[in-house]
Amino acid sequence: MLSFIAQRIVKGVIVLLAIVVLNFFLIRLAPGDPAVVMAGEAGASDQVFVAQLREKFGLDKPLPEQLYRYVKGIVTFDLGFSFRQQMPVSQLILERLPATLLLTLTAFAISLIFGILFGMLAARFAGTWADTAITVLALIFYATPLFWIALIAILVFSVWMDWLPSFGYETVGANYTGFAHVLDVGAHLIMPAMTIGFFFMATYTRMTRASMLEVKRLDFVKTARAKGVSDAVIQRRHILRNALLPVVTLAGLHSGTLIGGAVLTETVFAWPGIGRLMYDALIQRDYNLLLGVFVVCSAMVLIFNLITDLVYRAVDPRINYTS
Amino acid sequence: MLKKIVAGLMLSCSISAAALAQEPKMGGVINAVIQPEPPSLMLAMIQNGPTQMVAGNIYEGLLRYSPKLEPQPGLAESWTISDDAKVYTFHLKKGVTWHDGKPFTSADVLFSIDMLKQTHARARGNMMQVEKVEAPDDYTVVFTLKQPFGPFIGIFEVGSMPMFPKHIYEGTDFKTNAANNAPIGTGPFMFKEWKKGAYIHLVKNPNYHVKGKPYIDEIYWQVIPDAAARSVAFETGKVDVLPGGSVENFEVPRISKLKNTCVTGAGWEFFSPLAWMWLNNRSGPTANKKFRQAVMYAVDREFAKDVIWNGYAKIATGPSSSTLKYYTADVLKYPYDPAKAKALLKEAGYKGEKVRLQPLPYGETWQRWGEAVKQNLQDVGINVEMIATDVAGSNQRIGDWDYDIAFSYLYQYGDPALGVGRNYVSSQIVKGQQFNNVEGYSNPEIDKLFADGAVATPDSKRKEIYEKAQKILVEDVPVAWQLELQFPTITHCQIKNLITTAIGVNDGFRDAWIDK
Repeated sequence: MLSFIAQRIVKGVIVLLAIVVLNFFLIRLAPGDPAVVMAGEAGASDQVFVAQLREKFGLDKPLPEQLYRYVKGIVTFDLGFSFRQQMPVSQLILERLPATLLLTLTAFAISLIFGILFGMLAARFAGTWADTAITVLALIFYATPLFWIALIAILVFSVWMDWLPSFGYETVGANYTGFAHVLDVGAHLIMPAMTIGFFFMATYTRMTRASMLEVKRLDFVKTARAKGVSDAVIQRRHILRNALLPVVTLAGLHSGTLIGGAVLTETVFAWPGIGRLMYDALIQRDYNLLLGVFVVCSAMVLIFNLITDLVYRAVDPRINYTS
Repeated sequence: MLKKIVAGLMLSCSISAAALAQEPKMGGVINAVIQPEPPSLMLAMIQNGPTQMVAGNIYEGLLRYSPKLEPQPGLAESWTISDDAKVYTFHLKKGVTWHDGKPFTSADVLFSIDMLKQTHARARGNMMQVEKVEAPDDYTVVFTLKQPFGPFIGIFEVGSMPMFPKHIYEGTDFKTNAANNAPIGTGPFMFKEWKKGAYIHLVKNPNYHVKGKPYIDEIYWQVIPDAAARSVAFETGKVDVLPGGSVENFEVPRISKLKNTCVTGAGWEFFSPLAWMWLNNRSGPTANKKFRQAVMYAVDREFAKDVIWNGYAKIATGPSSSTLKYYTADVLKYPYDPAKAKALLKEAGYKGEKVRLQPLPYGETWQRWGEAVKQNLQDVGINVEMIATDVAGSNQRIGDWDYDIAFSYLYQYGDPALGVGRNYVSSQIVKGQQFNNVEGYSNPEIDKLFADGAVATPDSKRKEIYEKAQKILVEDVPVAWQLELQFPTITHCQIKNLITTAIGVNDGFRDAWIDK
């Protein structure tokens, strides 16, 4: 198993470098560069100003040289400097990554736990009112756009009820510490995490339900039942365990999009995460920062995929790593 | 009836309470929205709106300007102008210190000017008029001009010429100086913390050189990227100040009606943002003067003012805003007249060639405005294609002159020599710039008028020159002037005295106080 992990890491690094090179060129296909954006924001510009900016960003160098410098930096774990934000890219990303991880992992956990739970219930009580209720709700959450859910949540829970804060990561200026701080961040976390989580929860609910109903009909379940194994054990060990494989596969794929896919939610809720950092960097053509975020997101996807593969084994020991 | 009496009583109570409460109160925290998040607070190198808005609390200029654009003391206590209008002597205020405790002296002024000449496009342009700057002693600075320059006294506000500490920046690489991330100025507030993506925290400068000021203890500039979320933050009381442009314009009427909400259009006198459409004078149908005039007649600017901008605007009559010096309304008028537009198009020999229209990618309001104009132009038979871009793409296209019609709005900096001439004189036609004369208008008469206007004395002569220039330009329509924009500042009413000068919120919160 260790050699499997090592092999995957080597492959991952190669993929990562390919992503870097590809992204490097893709970004430069977009019209405009950071100098153009900054000169535009200044409201007044002359040639000297734009030329100075280009020199500062290193954009006056030929493209291959820029790429060479960048890749050289990446190899030594140096993500470069964001001239626009006047900070090293790695520092900017490290500052913002925890917020995104907190948000997306919470959302991911909520969606997996409740998705599987509701899916199990629906499958167990298939055809009853409980099944119908869960299925309909899942369909609604699946079909409703994220931003709409977010806006309605803000309207109801912030504006009308005044229960939850509508934006930010913590109450600014309150300087809470310890448990009060945890509660404060938690209150800020609820709405954005739910917004992301509901969509995936709906997916997992439907997937678990369908998968469980399929496994339920298989011969080994009938055998177990004939042998007189209790219903709870059949549900948990025979059906659920086998039904979970497709859910794990899907969740593994989603885990990657969760990291980068929080852009919209982070924007609506002013959550200081990496998704927004990426979006701002894109709008401002902050090449180094944008590439840096891409690299980190890609690395995350690779890591999550590896974790998914390991979870496979835990769920189903028959899966073999050597092949 | 009873209701009316009660309401009347309450009104009179609140009026007398307001009258009693004119004495500023100390203390309190102001939460304000900052949008978008500034790239940096280093005012010498970054000049965008949000940077100016936050950094205006930290740094200061030699002068401030009243809403009527009269110079007022800032870091300079007094000043004299020689009779030949060529020597400007500034007497600096004594006892001013930087946030790190070092004294502010004339050496800092000389250093700042040198630094700005390297990093600040507008300051570099302004300082071209100056032959030399000298500091005979620690508290005197003398500017000697090459020739009289009318608007010179108007270039010392904090955004145009901020002062920087020599002892921190001298001999360093300005771009990477550590102080860029923890700015040190002389202003009423000091930089405390910047949580990227969340907020910028400023605290009161206890040693501020104006005794008793500032009144506020702390300011939090909150970064909220979504426009709807910004309105909600104000509505739920989480922020108290929405600087101009923080919410979409169509939200302003609704928010203004919320209780305890005060709205003001003041504080934009120095900038006087004027919105227009660049018309490419070089090629395509827009190169024809008659076509450009047709555009002026075809666009329903009343509609844009009332519906798109909800009345928070004024119809522009020409290159100068009505708030600007030497403005004249005595120019050719272009009322909404589709029939006349059609006639002019016919005269111009327009055959239905495609015309590319580029709205400004600054949010919903601009998008809608672009669509309304598209409709107007199509109504008179112009074949319009909308171009969708983001900010970088739009800037690039305009700088490369790769457009037919493109929206923009420009600041005028209080004087036609600073903010108007640059858009029409041919020396400003430079490829790659996104401002100044990107339309490619070239008229020797206009070049001469703006050259003369900048240096003419006395003021009556300048007035004559600029009025003539306005008449010629309005006739030629190098760009299609649309609206004098107003970006209302929205606050909760307990915030008092926030806007006291011609640059509004950008001048910092030094006079603001909270009526608790």
